[in-house]
Amino acid sequence: MRPLTEAETRAVFEKLGKYIGENIQLLVDRPDGTYCFRLHRDRVYYLSEKLLKLAASVPRESLVAPGTCFGKFTKSQKFRLSVTALDFLAPYAKYKVWVKPGSEQSFLYGNHVLKSGLGRITENTAQYQGVVVYSMADVPLVSAGPRRGWGGQGLGHPPSPPPRPQGFGVAAKSTQECRKVDPLAIVVFHQADVGEYVRNEDTLT
Amino acid sequence: RLPREKPPPKPRPPTRWEQFARLKGIRRKKKTSLVWDEQAKEWRRRWGYRRAGGDPSRAWLAEVPAGADPEEDQFARLRREKRERVARNELNRLRNLARAHRAGSAVPAAPLHPTGHQDRDELRTVARVARVSTASLGRFQPRLPKESAEPPSRSGGKKRRFEPLLGNLAAERSRQLELLRDMGSKKPVLDITRAVNKQLRQEEAEAAAANKGKKQSKRGKRGRRQQRPGRSGKKSGARRQPQQQKKAAGGGSG
Repeated sequence: MRPLTEAETRAVFEKLGKYIGENIQLLVDRPDGTYCFRLHRDRVYYLSEKLLKLAASVPRESLVAPGTCFGKFTKSQKFRLSVTALDFLAPYAKYKVWVKPGSEQSFLYGNHVLKSGLGRITENTAQYQGVVVYSMADVPLVSAGPRRGWGGQGLGHPPSPPPRPQGFGVAAKSTQECRKVDPLAIVVFHQADVGEYVRNEDTLT
Repeated sequence: RLPREKPPPKPRPPTRWEQFARLKGIRRKKKTSLVWDEQAKEWRRRWGYRRAGGDPSRAWLAEVPAGADPEEDQFARLRREKRERVARNELNRLRNLARAHRAGSAVPAAPLHPTGHQDRDELRTVARVARVSTASLGRFQPRLPKESAEPPSRSGGKKRRFEPLLGNLAAERSRQLELLRDMGSKKPVLDITRAVNKQLRQEEAEAAAANKGKKQSKRGKRGRRQQRPGRSGKKSGARRQPQQQKKAAGGGSG
């Protein structure tokens, strides 16, 4: 386990910045404790100072995972974000995509999101912008195209559950283009989804 | 006569006896090969076949010396003492050999004595050797006022070094925040090395252009016609590409 070098930190922050923008400083500088990034076997972990001190006393071969894994560095030193970072990044996500319940399952199996499965998308999403994918299950008013607001909640409908983050993606088309493309075009490239917790159970840390 | 097949032997350091002898002024006495044997009344050789003192293996009498134990076996004592003498001689021979071998492979001490004619790099090397030649390998040596504070690494800077695991977390955080600020700002951060290299390359390009200009004016019209396709084709195109890439990279990372 070691701290990240300057180049590695830059790579990680660039990747995270694609999803949460300048909110990274909220991760780095937290009011409720000192949190830091550490590298262990090419994986980047996010952990509190208290946990760091405990993990420091564990031998390297025995240490499985200190803290939460945000992603790993590939053999060619590129940073790849993993789904285990979702809970930390989702609250600060700037660009969000809501997926209809029908194609939510397809996304959780690792497929891209098609226009027909797209529920909502944040305005001003640029092309190839990192987005967080949310589910729209149990929402009473669902339409095919992207919309701004919820529209009337309606009377007597049960309150919709809060949208849960389902994974990460990269916008294949900007918001404007999303409105014009045909229903079978890919609008969000799949990057990571919570289904990986089951599919890649053996390799996730 | 043929020339020497192998190089002549190198001078070796004197053995302990040779040092002692030089100190005391003892000289080698040339011994005669034949000795007069009183018993046999003839010249016998000093040692070997039919030596002067008689065959030592046929000595049948060994007197018990005055203060010795009467029960002790004298023949055994003689044999044991001979063996000890031989062993001691062999030990000393090997020791001398080892000393000579060690002395040959050690760093010669001549450079460590200042002559006044040494240049700066030699003196720096010598100072480094002198600092490291202590029992602690130079770890607790005081430094000269103008010497660098960090001792040079033994591996010559090849091994990677990382920040300590539990180092100053507040400092790490502030460094990361500053990095974020740099990344966030739209202006490209000034990279000194890159700027200097770019400047140097520009100057070289200008110098090359000036030289080419001179050559062209000498050769006249024909020279210009011949040289122009070469100029526009390879060199300026190659020069433009790395500059473009640099600018793009500088703008993209900022």
